[in-house]
Amino acid sequence: MNLAWKDIRRQKLRFVFTGLGLGLLFSIVLAMGGIYRGMVADATMLIDAVGADLWVVQRDTRGPFAERSTVPRVLEDRLRVVDGVASAENFTYATIQRGDVAHPVRIGVVGLSWPNNRGDDLPLISGRALGGAHREMIVDRTLGLELGARVPLGDDVYEVVGITKGFVSSGGDALAFVTERDADAILGWMAPESRRLAGGQRPAVLPSAVVVKLLPGVRAEDVQARLAEWPDVTVWTAGEQRDLLLRGVIDKARQQIGLFRTLLSIVSAIIVALILYNMTVAKSYEIALLKLMGARTRVVVGMILQQSLLLGAIGYGMAVAIGSVAFEQFPRRVVVGPVELGGLAVLVAVICVLASVAGIVRALRIPPTLVLAG
Amino acid sequence: MNQTVIRAEALRKVYGEGDTELIALRDVSIAVERGEVAALLGPSGSGKSTLLTALGFLNLPERGKIWLDERLVVADGRALADLAAVRRTSVGFVFQKANLIPFLTARENVLLALQLNDQVGRAADARARELLGYLGLADRVDHYPEQLSGGQQQRVAIARALANRPPLLLADEPTAALDSHRGRDVMELFRRIAHEQGSAVIVVTHDHRTLDVFDTIHEMEDGVLTRRPPIAQSQQEASA
Repeated sequence: MNLAWKDIRRQKLRFVFTGLGLGLLFSIVLAMGGIYRGMVADATMLIDAVGADLWVVQRDTRGPFAERSTVPRVLEDRLRVVDGVASAENFTYATIQRGDVAHPVRIGVVGLSWPNNRGDDLPLISGRALGGAHREMIVDRTLGLELGARVPLGDDVYEVVGITKGFVSSGGDALAFVTERDADAILGWMAPESRRLAGGQRPAVLPSAVVVKLLPGVRAEDVQARLAEWPDVTVWTAGEQRDLLLRGVIDKARQQIGLFRTLLSIVSAIIVALILYNMTVAKSYEIALLKLMGARTRVVVGMILQQSLLLGAIGYGMAVAIGSVAFEQFPRRVVVGPVELGGLAVLVAVICVLASVAGIVRALRIPPTLVLAG
Repeated sequence: MNQTVIRAEALRKVYGEGDTELIALRDVSIAVERGEVAALLGPSGSGKSTLLTALGFLNLPERGKIWLDERLVVADGRALADLAAVRRTSVGFVFQKANLIPFLTARENVLLALQLNDQVGRAADARARELLGYLGLADRVDHYPEQLSGGQQQRVAIARALANRPPLLLADEPTAALDSHRGRDVMELFRRIAHEQGSAVIVVTHDHRTLDVFDTIHEMEDGVLTRRPPIAQSQQEASA
């Protein structure tokens, strides 16, 4: 006969509502972890999709995702003749903002090296890769555009020919893939009057980097070492580019989320402790009776601990259920995998054990003679 | 041969100090044998409950000794054994209120006492049912306390107190919340339990109408315990 379970069973509704409250709290803890994982996934998605072995960027810069980087257009030709290089393609990337003040739309524009790269490797959920050199684009569905939609950007109107799912920048902005030339036109666009004042010249938009793929068996570090002698470029391996992005761009967000998560965990522990303490106070009479009947300390401690863990389990279940419904609606990706679920389970167990201490201390102080006081 | 279950000698218990000092027990000695039903009378504040809690190993007197089944358990304010274990195995308590655990059925309340004493499984369940049947509650085993009358709750409490076959049963005004008819039933039940099961029973009571049930009567006043002749003996003396 499990006293903790019997007590919970008698107060099902109260426990369910308490568990629901805890579940909401734990779901935020879960969301925090999921949001961080989502940020990592978003940030590295483009790097992973490009699949380059080396990123060749402007000398002494950390690449297009960290800061402004421009390289000469001919750099890709120079790289193609380097020993061990299988392919080298210009990579243009910049974020633009359109829409009005109330409804801004941010888009990460990626220029593909047409015709070598038409976006065939992109995970499309509908439509096709780029079929022409101009005025076609592949966009992420978070922009809310349908296939065939026509989007005016600069002097041209672009037709949406393909849709990706969850392809966003490290800032969570939807990515749009166009040819390199179209990217130049979009990113270098000037209003007619500005262009007139500039003597009719449009500023040249240079590639942000050159992405290099190596022949099988060639070590990226070897080619990197050779290219280090070139005075106008800096070369990062894919792993380094990834680390730069994670440590540079989203590190503060990670710290922020980590701190917030820690605070939430402490708040959760305090709330669970208060709930358990009040539950223990409410059961003072029964606990005194158990002690009067000679119950061992472990029986009383076990009852409180089991109730704490059961409450935690209910809260955990609620959090997972809430998360599975609510996280889809979040504006940014929330990645909840076995690591997050396992981590939350461990966290909840630790919180419950720590939180039950107050209740246990209280219970141990209850004198058995309390029963006689009536 | 009768065997002494509980024996206390020269118990002294003082509450407070200085001007607020109150001597609850003044060199109190008492012995109750197996099968004996003893009444403990006295006005409020006379020290009855203090003596009962001392004999139940809930409240240690500063001075004096208490033996249970000839084993010295308490001596001059020191416990010589694990008192919780002594209570668990050897003492049954019944109170003015039934004090049942509200989220357990009648059967589970009795089972709890057995479970605390490491008796589980079918044998424990059978024991709980047997006791409830013995006390006339065979058809109420799966009822929750709130579904039982006051008298039925008190009988469940008695069943719980008897679950581990304790040699000592202590009852603190167990009939105070019952009408006189049911109160007498409970007192007679104690007598039956003492005689049939061989327990020593000590009952604190204010109800003088049921004193004929008791084998011995003790009276407390200002912390001093005196033994009165039982009712039957008193009546004989009166008629002589």
